[in-house]
Amino acid sequence: MLILCLLFGFLGLLLGVAAKKFKVQGDPLVDQIDALLPQTQCGQCNYIGCRPYAEAIANNEADINQCPPNGEAGIIALANLLGKEAKPLNSEFGEQKAAAVAFIIEQDCIGCVKCIPPCPVDAILGASKQMHTVISSECTGCELCISPCPVDCIVMVPVETTPEHWHWSQHV
Amino acid sequence: MFKFSWLTKKQSFPGGLKLAGHKQVTQIIEPALPKELIYPLFLAADRYAKPCVNVGDTVLKGQIIATADSLLATPIHATSSGTIVAIEKRPIAHPSGLSDSCIILQTDELDEALPTEPCIAYTEQNRDFLRHKIQQSGIVGLGGAAFPTAKKLQPSQAIHTLIINAAECEPYISCDEILMIESAPEIIQGALIIQYILQAEHCIIAIEDSKPEAYSALLSATESNQLQIKQVPSIYPTGGEKQLIQVISGVQIPVKNLPSEYGYICQNVATAYAVYQAINLGLPLTERIITLTGDGIKQNQNLRARIGTPVKDLVAACQGYTPQAEQLIMGGPMMGIALASDDIAVIKASNCLLINQVNKPISQACIRCGDCADVCPSELLPQQLYWYSHTQQWDNCSDYQLADCIECGCCDVICPSKIPLVQAFRVAKAEIQQQQKQSASAALAKKRFDNHQQRLQRIEQEKLVKQDKRKAAIEKMKAAAAKRKLS
Repeated sequence: MLILCLLFGFLGLLLGVAAKKFKVQGDPLVDQIDALLPQTQCGQCNYIGCRPYAEAIANNEADINQCPPNGEAGIIALANLLGKEAKPLNSEFGEQKAAAVAFIIEQDCIGCVKCIPPCPVDAILGASKQMHTVISSECTGCELCISPCPVDCIVMVPVETTPEHWHWSQHV
Repeated sequence: MFKFSWLTKKQSFPGGLKLAGHKQVTQIIEPALPKELIYPLFLAADRYAKPCVNVGDTVLKGQIIATADSLLATPIHATSSGTIVAIEKRPIAHPSGLSDSCIILQTDELDEALPTEPCIAYTEQNRDFLRHKIQQSGIVGLGGAAFPTAKKLQPSQAIHTLIINAAECEPYISCDEILMIESAPEIIQGALIIQYILQAEHCIIAIEDSKPEAYSALLSATESNQLQIKQVPSIYPTGGEKQLIQVISGVQIPVKNLPSEYGYICQNVATAYAVYQAINLGLPLTERIITLTGDGIKQNQNLRARIGTPVKDLVAACQGYTPQAEQLIMGGPMMGIALASDDIAVIKASNCLLINQVNKPISQACIRCGDCADVCPSELLPQQLYWYSHTQQWDNCSDYQLADCIECGCCDVICPSKIPLVQAFRVAKAEIQQQQKQSASAALAKKRFDNHQQRLQRIEQEKLVKQDKRKAAIEKMKAAAAKRKLS
């Protein structure tokens, strides 16, 4: 009896220590939702970035079908994670488009630096009265730089499929 | 065709199939010089060659027309003399059927070649020099994968065994077999050069037991005991690199590891021949043997084709198509890729062109017979993988080791329901890779966004601090002014 009591006491202590030591930091659900979002940081969901949207979903403030770049597949993944029913993309927030990156037509650029602050991933290089350019490998295609440009010199260029980037799921 | 039962198996790899050979080992003929030669700049994966000629330049046979800046790429040589008429997009030999940049050479029918500098006594040469020469000669693995040979001959570990792969296990293909019959001494020389470069103790030429003529040709060309020639049972896919190593040595190499990590290196026989030509004769790789076969062609033939020759010119050299010609496959019937047109040029990896009727049986539902698992040389469960890939359960696909699939096609052949399993696996693999790529780029974007946000916060804070300071300074000044007034 005494041995059992001691054993239980010890195990209880062990559990207590473990709960303290291995305590989960932060909100794991938000992290999991955030990991399923495309990280374009485009704000089409009406939140300022992917993480705020993930937080809103976790708090049941936003629906899972507000992210156009994530598309149907992304909605299904979110639905599976949250145990919800998948639904079609809410067209109020936009339509899913083919992958594209921003491109600055350099002859037209006046060097006004207005496109630089909106870029969520700092993918535009440029200085006042100097020509700007987009680092295409860093561009997420969020289109946030398009409307601030006073001379409309930024265009979205679709990502071209080359043999290098082609993969078997594109096989017809 | 029957299932290879474990009762008759000696030292072998798991699974595999005994396939009907359909091999017609015909003499090598030289096709007429084509009017136009096409060289795609795309080499493999993410590797491109860089053109070093301009439109209008005249070039000689053997001249480098596109350079490669790393050991992972190889330069492209002109395979006849003539004028560069364009560098433009043309359809290339790739499963995508996409067009990509190609150098177009119009031949002048003179076929003038650059002078060569042979180095005959290779044992007196620096081994790095030999590797460099192999790279500059544009030599890649000619078995079909086209991996740069010089890179493969620079392993990080010591190599004890070099295996020359002469299995040629895929049906219909006979280009290696005829090369062994016609040029056995040169192949042996090439093998010895590779053995010298690798400083390998053993060199084994592994040949299927269904090729007695080639076997005896190799035997009679071998002096003393420089190297061994071993016959291996004709079970498809015995010519797979890791399968062959297992047949020869019994060592099973994990999928994640390279054979070189276990002291083995495999090279194709045609590659050995190309090495001989590059080192002993100073000739770059400008041609290869290619098998034209199938019901769709009037005369089955082995040809010595210049790299860059359009397929239609080779077909013409075989008396043209028959009415059965419905599809064009580059490579063998098991692992080849369909080409959209015969304007596409042959590349260094093209070992065979199979022209036949379209045979797409209607597939039925999986009956879970398990035959596919019996024949899988990678010991996978194709039926289970098919179930998961069909229902897009990519995580389960990975858990069932989809990445280990070598896409040999054994499961496709054995399946009684005729399910296109390999195609489903290719798609699943691509989807998984694509997801990994996407999550990598999403992680990068997230990091950059976080940094961006942190920077904005820092600027905001600095502003506040500055404001506070200014306020404090103004207060101070005001206080001082009040003091002065009082006094």
